[in-house]
Amino acid sequence: MSLSKEDVQRVSLLARLKLSDDELTTMTEQLGQIVSYIDKLSELDTEGVKPMAHALDLTNALVDDEPHESLPREKALQNAPRSDDECFRVPAVLGE
Amino acid sequence: MIDLSATSLLAKLQSGEVSSEEVTAAFLDRINAVESRVGAFLKVNSESAMQAAQAVDEKRSSGTPLGKLAGIPIAVKDILCTEGEATTCGSRMLEHYVPPYNATVVEHLLASDAIVIGRTNMDEFAMGSSTENSAYKPTSNPWDLERIPGGSSGGAAACLAAAMAPLSIGTDTGGSIRQPAALCGVVGLKPTYGRVSRFGLVAFASSLDQVGPMATTVEDTALLLETIAGHDRRDSTSAKIDVPQYTASVNSPLENLTIGVVPSHYQDGLDTEIESAVKEAIRVYESLGARIKEIEMPHAQYGIATYYIIAPCEASGNLARYDGAHYGYRTDQQTMLDELSEEANQTDGAGESPLVRMYRKSRSEGFGSEVQRRVMLGTYALSEGYYDAYYLKALKVRRLIRADYDSAFDQVDCILGPVTASPAFRRGEKTNDPLAMYLEDLYTVNANLAGVAGISLPCGLTSENLPIGLHLQAAPFQEEKLLKVANMYQSATDWHTRRPEIQ
Repeated sequence: MSLSKEDVQRVSLLARLKLSDDELTTMTEQLGQIVSYIDKLSELDTEGVKPMAHALDLTNALVDDEPHESLPREKALQNAPRSDDECFRVPAVLGE
Repeated sequence: MIDLSATSLLAKLQSGEVSSEEVTAAFLDRINAVESRVGAFLKVNSESAMQAAQAVDEKRSSGTPLGKLAGIPIAVKDILCTEGEATTCGSRMLEHYVPPYNATVVEHLLASDAIVIGRTNMDEFAMGSSTENSAYKPTSNPWDLERIPGGSSGGAAACLAAAMAPLSIGTDTGGSIRQPAALCGVVGLKPTYGRVSRFGLVAFASSLDQVGPMATTVEDTALLLETIAGHDRRDSTSAKIDVPQYTASVNSPLENLTIGVVPSHYQDGLDTEIESAVKEAIRVYESLGARIKEIEMPHAQYGIATYYIIAPCEASGNLARYDGAHYGYRTDQQTMLDELSEEANQTDGAGESPLVRMYRKSRSEGFGSEVQRRVMLGTYALSEGYYDAYYLKALKVRRLIRADYDSAFDQVDCILGPVTASPAFRRGEKTNDPLAMYLEDLYTVNANLAGVAGISLPCGLTSENLPIGLHLQAAPFQEEKLLKVANMYQSATDWHTRRPEIQ
């Protein structure tokens, strides 16, 4: 399966990345090579094989419901690029 | 002193022959002497390490009980969160990120009274096989400074080979402990998935990532694994299985050992010197009484393709958290807003929302090209219409790969083979060919996909004096067996004692 520049452009929006024209060209070429390599899997018959998402067969790994201290707000905000005393600050989401 | 193993240093510390201050100072002196050529560290803790060493010496002289690694310097890969210390993951995205908590492995190290001597360089977000993807600097292979140390735990392996630390912590998602260990001539173990807590490990591919020990001997590797392994209530995927005393058994050979060898490991593409070294290792085991059995791993050849679907898919989700809003790098807001209003003037319509543009620009400026490539690949493979063909298909093949291992381990104790197809390559040789770089993981990825344990140990040198690694793999939670078998080889050979002369 080959990828077009438009495909890659569309995926870059889904991935929340912004590629320059040059980067888009290189990315299209490189992803195309990688995707044609991974297409190798299509030669295998996997009919009836159960997918394996995880190496450990764990279900419902529950812990006791013990109250403990949460991260204090100032610590949660300490790495924020912009914040006030209470919240993370981002550019306006709705119009002015 | 810097040539001694951690186990020997511990004995000297315990007998009072040396102090932790002396040991730590010796390694810091070594770092001062060679680090400018090797570049293994992103940060060296000169002052805090000496203070910690003094504190351990005081505790010792006052008779306070001490931890397992009391007074021994250790290097930590810059991917494990350490409270109050920048944890960059080799990325511009996290250049100024100071975690508000410690990774569980870091807590174990602190509780063991180890001296954290520095934070090691790595491929950005552990994505790479050469440490060339670090946003900060390349790391050189101490055996040949023109060559790469492997990756992503390249700094972790190089600092051991250059005797800048006796112990080091790495992480392995597709071979990131074992491949650099092989290329630098040291020992590196990828534990079974679930053996070591991932809490506080910056996530790349959550179903594959494992933290593991790196050292210059198998005995030291056992000691470090014993220190960091175990269940952690903060990581629900860590196994509730007791941790054996690996150091107590590592020196007893395994009786009735059966070793599996896979004929397809020795087909095209394997360097002939590596092939001879690995075959010589097989003869060493035979001379130690092991039975050698040929086994088939029919799906091993699909490992790379499977891995390069699953790992990027998981990465695209894990790395979605770097959005420039909560922590990490954010693009310059004013420039971004100006750009948007200019675009709106030109197109005479509603453009992208400022928030989406902030995400996109922050991520593209903060992530390097390999990270962006993998996020793109994962997003593509998970996008509408492709999920079944890629991700679901890969999960099914993963099951088949695991089944190969299960039937192999019904017949043999360990699987033996090469770690890499070729020795360390020159810097820049594969940077423009991502697929060639991915194929570096050929022999290592399947252990991650299946969740089994694997170790790399030195088994030779090429004619160009470059290290060769021997790969041993064992069934899930059979690290005790794996370490015993690896130590049988080290007791019979001296490859692990070879050190490079740093030019």
